[in-house]
This record gives sequence, structure tokens and C-alpha cells, in this order.
Amino acid sequence: MTGPAPTGTPFLQVRDLTVSFRTDDGVVHAVDKLSFSVERGRTLGIVGESGSGKSVTSLAIMGLHRRGRRVGIDGEIRLDGEDLVTAAAERVRGLRGRRMAMIFQDPLSSMHPQFTVGEQIVEAYRVHNRVSRATARRRATELLELVGIPEPARRLDDYPHQFSGGMRQRAMIAMAVSCNPELLIADEPTTALDVTVQAQILDLMRELQKEFNSAIIIITHDLGVVAEISDDILVMYAGQAMEHGPVEEVFAHAEHPYTWGLLQSITRLDRQLETTLRTIPGSPPSLINVPPGCPFHPRCTYRELAGPAASTVRPPLTETSPGHRVACHLPVEQRRRLLREEVTPTL
Amino acid sequence: MTDNLTKDVPSPPAGEGAVPAQATDAPATDAPATGAVPAATGAVPAATAEAGGATRGRPAGGGDELVRVTDLTKLFPVRRGTLVRRGAGAVRAVDGVGFAIDRGTTLGLVGESGSGKSTTGRLISRLLEPTSGSVVFDGRDISHLSTRELRPLRRDIQMIFQDPYSSLNPRHTIGAIVAAPLRIQKQVPRGGVRNRVRELLELVGLNPEHYNRYPNEFSGGQRQRIGIARALATRPKLIIADEPVSALDVSIRAQIINLLDGLRTDFGLTYLFIAHDLSMVRHLSDRVAVMYLGQIIELADRTDLFEGALHPYTHALLSAVPIPDPTSHRRRERIRLRDEVPSPLDPPPACRFHPRCWKAQELCRTEAPPLLERTPGHQVACHFPEKRDVV
Repeated sequence: MTGPAPTGTPFLQVRDLTVSFRTDDGVVHAVDKLSFSVERGRTLGIVGESGSGKSVTSLAIMGLHRRGRRVGIDGEIRLDGEDLVTAAAERVRGLRGRRMAMIFQDPLSSMHPQFTVGEQIVEAYRVHNRVSRATARRRATELLELVGIPEPARRLDDYPHQFSGGMRQRAMIAMAVSCNPELLIADEPTTALDVTVQAQILDLMRELQKEFNSAIIIITHDLGVVAEISDDILVMYAGQAMEHGPVEEVFAHAEHPYTWGLLQSITRLDRQLETTLRTIPGSPPSLINVPPGCPFHPRCTYRELAGPAASTVRPPLTETSPGHRVACHLPVEQRRRLLREEVTPTL
Repeated sequence: MTDNLTKDVPSPPAGEGAVPAQATDAPATDAPATGAVPAATGAVPAATAEAGGATRGRPAGGGDELVRVTDLTKLFPVRRGTLVRRGAGAVRAVDGVGFAIDRGTTLGLVGESGSGKSTTGRLISRLLEPTSGSVVFDGRDISHLSTRELRPLRRDIQMIFQDPYSSLNPRHTIGAIVAAPLRIQKQVPRGGVRNRVRELLELVGLNPEHYNRYPNEFSGGQRQRIGIARALATRPKLIIADEPVSALDVSIRAQIINLLDGLRTDFGLTYLFIAHDLSMVRHLSDRVAVMYLGQIIELADRTDLFEGALHPYTHALLSAVPIPDPTSHRRRERIRLRDEVPSPLDPPPACRFHPRCWKAQELCRTEAPPLLERTPGHQVACHFPEKRDVV
């Protein structure tokens, strides 16, 4: 374990990350000049709809895109100061699983069906640790116990299909944290789970973070999950960052019309019933033909207020209050007035 | 719409008006299992915007029922062994479920995986045949009708499925997909099939000019609209929607929810809305049934359920829903259930929830609590029901 990064330098820093794929239909601009950072001990929630680039971003950080003629990755991904974009594949492989690890949505398809859960954890652990099988197996038992699986020594010899959905996700987490990673990326970790089990898994992630002081990125489409577990939130649309900031600040004072749209269109238990839900008109764009200017402008209720720049100039992500950054052409004062007068009364 | 009071009618063919036939007959008196069906009440909700609201809050069984389910049970036999097949018991997927849905209202069915909510939907639409118990639709017992006898019924009961990718045939144009129920039912609407399909596409917010396109040219939300247009083609009375928005993006969900809601009020449709998302169920339903391991554990009007739930499992479900407000978890009471839902192959004895219940006492381990009406219209199956503020 290396010591903490010098103060002031975030553990993970992503700067101008761009990921594109060449396909027969054209170039897919999956992630476009994305910048954010995560500190140790903090959780960043990345929210967005399908095609917003949230999963592509996480795979890029983990070095899981096959580099080649068809995949282009630009910008910087600095893990504890070291750039992963320019690093050799072997180097990134050495970091993966040890200093950074990932949890996927569906543990059934991300675990090998023909090996026992124990064998898979032992294998993952021994890749990075020169220990005997017996030692690794003891470690695996400890890990299953840590993630709350009853009778861990016995369950080690079960196959993934013998575990329930929630237990598989726990086992997946056990494997991911086996080397005490400093960065943990969870891509929709609870989407496939029932709501009561989701609550258990979110609790577990919180506890593990306290224990290991890791930086966590959680990718989700569920604003409730983000509110529950994150310190910061990054709202993505069409591969770009729309809004980024501390979670309490963004939920209380959202400034981007897309964030407003998301908050308005969800049903929530803590509000009075409404007859009709507000919606965001249209659907997300194709990433081959991302609208010019602000990518959200064709669906934005307030695009007229922004003038012609909306469809020609890409708005920069600008800080409007400490740590709170927004990419929108509308003047700050106008956004705040709209939020106060038109949006908040509907939330 | 008028109320033609008829007795013992089979489902009449749909009318040819501009809207789905609705409320053409009052409850008939041949529902042997219930005995609770009132004689002709004459109160038929009109197909107007008030249809949903007018019937809201009516106590169960007292209204104009379109569906009554009594003691409904479905067993799926499980066999073990590859060479010598032998019976190894049965999954009691649905076990003694009973409820009614009034015309023009929506019943929400919630529960976690394995609760039997989808199986219940399939039993009512008769995609599955019940092992025992009865489904009475529009005054007629449809529990054991043959495939042939069911065909005319398919007009009146339609389903909307979760996955708009696997529920549309990729080789058929959307015109053919939406027209399929008309073709199968040999219905020729006034103005022709083609016109009717265009009308339907427009109704669900699609461009009628897209008649000749294929499903792959449409987004998930648009495909779900195609599925809804298909479900409306025969002007059904009951629509069973099984997780209709779960596969859709957040910004698209609201569009589809509004569409379903609008169609209900415009055409006086009756919905059985099956979903695991409690806030969505709250938004759309007049009454809500909570299922656990094949049984209904609580059934109440929407407000009673979401503001005055009595069953500890309902409390746990409500408490587990993440609220999109970062400051809320400091104020909210957290109930965390132990473990996960047990296997429906071998459900716990007596109260099925007792192994996970923090209130369980000896009585809960020895005696199954019956589903009892505690206040008018509010039924709960618990030995120790009480209110609790969890949202």
C-alpha cells in the first residue's frame, strides 16, 4: 500500500477524457472531454441515461477498452498521480484488482459458472499476492464474512448459481475488495436487486468505505441511490458532463435544465401526489450525431432564452459556487431565478 | 356509454365506437365463489375523465367489479433427477390470492422477486391456468376456459410487457404488429385496419407515417408505445401491465406513465399494474396489493397503504426505497431486513414473513395470519399490525 497522495491532489483525476469508437455507421463519441476527480474516502455518483457515457468512462478508468484502430482514448486519467492513458497495458493490469477494482451490475454474468465462488476469490487474490492456496482460502473466508455471507467457510465451495442475487453481489464485492483497492467502481451494483436487498448492499458499501477509506464511483440511473450514498454527483448527457458538485448542493440548487428535468420526471414517495408527471420531451441523441452546441439543446425547455449559442457553441463547465460546476449557456442569475420560480415549486 | 344490465353474459364483442368498449354490462350474478357480488347496482362509471377518480376510495367488493379473483393458486411442479424423473414438490407461486378490481380503476401489485405478482397477472390474463381458485372477469368465470373459448376473451384482456425489445417481432413492420390482434380476432374496424392502426399510433404519440418501419428503427420508449398501441387495438376492458417502464430510461418513464394514465381516463380502462417500484405504483394506482411469497399480505386504497401501512413487510419495503433527497436519510427510520426472500419451493410455515420479521412472536411461527379487514377497505395479514411512519 502506498501512502496517501499529497494533500490537494485527488486520488483519481480525470481530465478531458475522450473515448470514441469507430463503427461502420460512423464514429461514436461515447465520452467527450470529461473532467472530474474523486478523493479517498469519498463517493462520486455518476448519473445518466443509456448512452450518456457513464459506463464507458468507468471501463476507460479500469483500462478495459481494447485499444486499437477502432477505439480512441484521449485525455488524462491519473490514479494517485500516475497517468493510465499513456501507461503500458501490463502496468494497468498490475493496478487493476490491486489498487482499483470494479463491481458490475449482474454478478451472475460476471462470475464464472464452472468455478466455485471460493476458487474465484482465491484466484483473484493470488494474482496480486504471493501466498499459498491455503492462505488465500483463509483470506477468502474472511472476505465472505466481511461482506455478510453466513457460514462463509461452507459457502466458499458453492457455485455462483447456488447463491441468491444479493449474495452473488456480496461475493462480487468480496472479490473486488480482496486486495483493499483504493478506488472502487460500482456500475449499477443494485439495479438487478430487490429493493430490500439493495438497501443492504448500499449499507455494505458504506461500511467498507469506512473501513478501507477508498474512493468510490457509483454509476446509476437512480437519483435516489445517488442521494443515499454519494458525496458528489456528476450528471452526464451524451458523453458530456452537464453538472457536477456536492450532492446536497446539487439536489437543493440544481442549475442545469437537464438535471431539473430528471428531478421533475421521477415519482417520489416523499412528495404529494401529482396528477401528471413532468417529462423531458424527446429522447437521448445518437452518439454518432451528437447535436452541435449544447448536446441537450434540442430537448431543453429554455433553449430560446440561451439564444443562438445553444446550437452552435458548446457551453463550458463553469463553477458557479464552491465545487458546483454547470455547463449551460443561460446566465447564472437567470438559472437561479428559473430554479426558484419555475422548477422548485414543481419538485 | 349506457348500462345495459344483463345477467350471465359472456363477454360481448367490442363496440365499434371511437373508444374501447367499456362498461356495457354491470356485474352479473354468476360469481359462485364470492357470494359478495351485489345485484345490479346500476352505477356504471362513465368513460370520462372522472372515471378513475369517481371510484377511488370505494371499499372492496362494493363497487362495479370487472375482475374478481378468489383463492387463486398456481403450483409449478418441480422435478429433480435427470434419468429418473421424480416429483420433488411444487413451487407455490401464487397461494390463495383474492382481490377485486373495479371498472375504471387501477390495482397496483407490488412485491419482490418470487412474490408471485407476475404469475398472478398471467393467471388473470389466462396465459396460465390456475391450479385452483377462480378468476371471474366481467361476470364470467374464466378460470378453466379452453384455448378456443379464450379467444374472444383476448379482445377484452390485453397485456403490456416489460421488455419492448423482446416483445415485438423484429421481422414485422409496426403496422403489422399493431394490427395483429385485429387480424387474429378477425375484427375489421370501420374505415379499415390500416386507418385504425394509424389512429392507434397517433393515440400513443407515434407518427402514423411510420406504419411501414421495423422495430429496430425505434428507441426503447417508442417501442413501448408500439406495445401499448397493440394492446389497445381490440379496445380491451382490462390491461395488465407487467413492469411496463422498468426497462426504460428515467426521462422516458415519465412519458409512458403519463400516456398510460391519460389512456385510462380517456377510455375508462381498468389496469392491473404490476411493478416493483413503489413510487410508480403509488402514482398510478387506486388500490395497492403487496405480495410476499405468493400471498397478499396487505391490500388497501393508495393513501391508506402509503400513509398508513400496517404490515411490517410493507414498512420494510417503504423504508428501503431510496429517496432522492440527500438530507432525507438523516430523518428517516431505517428498517433493514435480515437475509433475502426464502425459496418459494419451501416457504416458511405459518406467517411466511416471520423469519425476517423483527416483531415475530411464537404465534407467528405456529399460525398463519389470515388476511383480515382492519378498517374499511384495508386488509392486512399480520398478527400484530400497527401503523408506522417510514417515509
